[in-house]
Amino acid sequence: MTDSKPDSASFPPRVISEIQRAAREGIYDIRGAGAKRHVPSFDDLVFLGASMSRYPLEGYRERCDTNVVIGARHASKPIELDIPITIAGMSFGAIGANAKQALGLAATAMGTSTTTGDGGMTPEEREASKTLIYQYLPSRYGMTPDQLRQADAIEVVVGQGAKPGGGGMLLGQKITDRVAEMRTLPAGIDQRSACRHPDWTGPDDLEIKIRELREITNWEKPIYVKVGATRTRYDVMLAVKAGADAVVVDGMQGGTAATQHIFIEDVGIPTLPAVRLAVEALKELDMHRKVQLIVSGGIRTGGDVAKALALGADAVSIGMAALMALNCNAPLYEEDYAALGTHPGACDRCHTGRCPVGIATQDPELEARLDPEEGARRVRNYLSTLTMECQTLARACGKSHVHNLEPEDMVALTVEAAAMAKVPLAGTDWIPGSS
Amino acid sequence: MTVIDLAQTDVRELNRTLQMAESGSFEVRHPGGAHALAAGLTRPVDVTIDGHAGYYCAGMNQEGIVTVSGNVGTGVAENMMSGTVRVRGDASQSAGATAHGGLLVIEGNTSARCGISLKGGDIVVGGSVGHMAAFMAQAGRLVVLGDAGADLGDSLYEAQIYVRGTVASLGADCEEKEMTASHQEELAALLEQAGAIADAAAFRRYESGRNLYHFNIDNAGSY
Repeated sequence: MTDSKPDSASFPPRVISEIQRAAREGIYDIRGAGAKRHVPSFDDLVFLGASMSRYPLEGYRERCDTNVVIGARHASKPIELDIPITIAGMSFGAIGANAKQALGLAATAMGTSTTTGDGGMTPEEREASKTLIYQYLPSRYGMTPDQLRQADAIEVVVGQGAKPGGGGMLLGQKITDRVAEMRTLPAGIDQRSACRHPDWTGPDDLEIKIRELREITNWEKPIYVKVGATRTRYDVMLAVKAGADAVVVDGMQGGTAATQHIFIEDVGIPTLPAVRLAVEALKELDMHRKVQLIVSGGIRTGGDVAKALALGADAVSIGMAALMALNCNAPLYEEDYAALGTHPGACDRCHTGRCPVGIATQDPELEARLDPEEGARRVRNYLSTLTMECQTLARACGKSHVHNLEPEDMVALTVEAAAMAKVPLAGTDWIPGSS
Repeated sequence: MTVIDLAQTDVRELNRTLQMAESGSFEVRHPGGAHALAAGLTRPVDVTIDGHAGYYCAGMNQEGIVTVSGNVGTGVAENMMSGTVRVRGDASQSAGATAHGGLLVIEGNTSARCGISLKGGDIVVGGSVGHMAAFMAQAGRLVVLGDAGADLGDSLYEAQIYVRGTVASLGADCEEKEMTASHQEELAALLEQAGAIADAAAFRRYESGRNLYHFNIDNAGSY
């Protein structure tokens, strides 16, 4: 039966509501989190487990290693991680000190790394994190040579998946006295970070900048270059040319604590094609496995981890999922979600500083809702689960190390995913665009 | 005085020597425009670079006293924390970018974005500065004895700017303010510290209008 009064396809209620909000407020919508639209993803790939033509490994009896070394290209002290799952950069400011501490403790317990963000390094975070990656951002808020030397690696942030081409944003309600002091800003202002680095433009300059960073840190620290996924093939090649030890590619599903909604949804490409493009670029330069590739943006399960590795990544990085392990969007304090005009499962109000579960806030009362030790336990459990899931899939494909997974182990369930990942559509030999 | 000749050794060895020294004076010969010379100093060593330097000379300096007899490339004394860096010639773009402390003196001219995102250091330029000087500067002082290019102090936070010559144009939210006696006194002391001969009363002062510190749709046209 035909609906006699259908919603408009072009102007459904949510679009009308947004038009009217814009007309009322006169400014774009600002929110946290990553892209919410449906995009081709790792969900659209499946593994071909072993059977007659491949031998599986015994699930609980045969080893499947997960370690990874990052940064041996130029650094005298590369990073050695027990698992290929790292914690992505998140600033103190965007999230609270308890959350930073919990992430550091969990990463340390699992033998992996965590990462600073805009605003520099807090003592709590350094103390909690055995392996801490220091983000070197366009704003340089709180960036000091002493902190560079205290870090275990340096991540030069060119962009992030949620907003490639955009700078950071931290609204006034989160610029407390401590955050303001760390960033040399007046307390309470709406902080809009620079989108370009202040003292280099382009890959030729970046090469010189990286050399300076190495000179200042005695050529010890691995230097990562992080890019938001857009022109990934070229960006990865240029990062390698500039001297990166590792490249971080962040797909459009990657989260942020605050930016324009239009930026999150309408800029960048999904993580799925970005991985494949990055690997192709590294192989073209004969740098695959020499310059490590770390992939982020929408990694949620051990399946996502395994698929990213199978496409050629050396490690993945998780941000939003780690926060969810800390109870982001958990069905707690529901009246506080309601006060923000949202509900558990849909909350993206990170920018307000009123995070109901005490993560994305600088409010002491809200922050007290997150106990660092308990939070660390949950993140540790989650990382452990991801690792075991990834090993399960690797063993099923007969691999004694998760890095032995390969594209040949997978097929795609959709034409789009087949084209983006360059693996065959299930049941065919067809890779759109390749055969 | 210890002489280090870059015709005989490389930048890594130079910087390792300077970074490990507790004190003392060093002369760097044949710098040849090399990059990252005297970068990452952490102690009060006195370094004279006898010629031109490339990018990031004296980058992230802490306590070092660095003098360059020639010109310098991009990002001289970037993110300096303390100490003194003096350039006898001209400087390229982003001089003193993000510096937290210390004193950078450029006796000649400097190019675009001098003092970009300055976080507390002092920069004194004997000549003129290019466009977008002190862009997003958060704290510290930029003093220009010559002229300033377009969009001076765009999106300025709490840094102070003093210009003796002409200003091509002011950037968003940068405003000329009254030059009070206390400002003249403070500026005179800084000029003296920098070894610059100029009458503080001849300068005009600029700072943020603080109109763009919070999102307001009525200011959209200012960005």
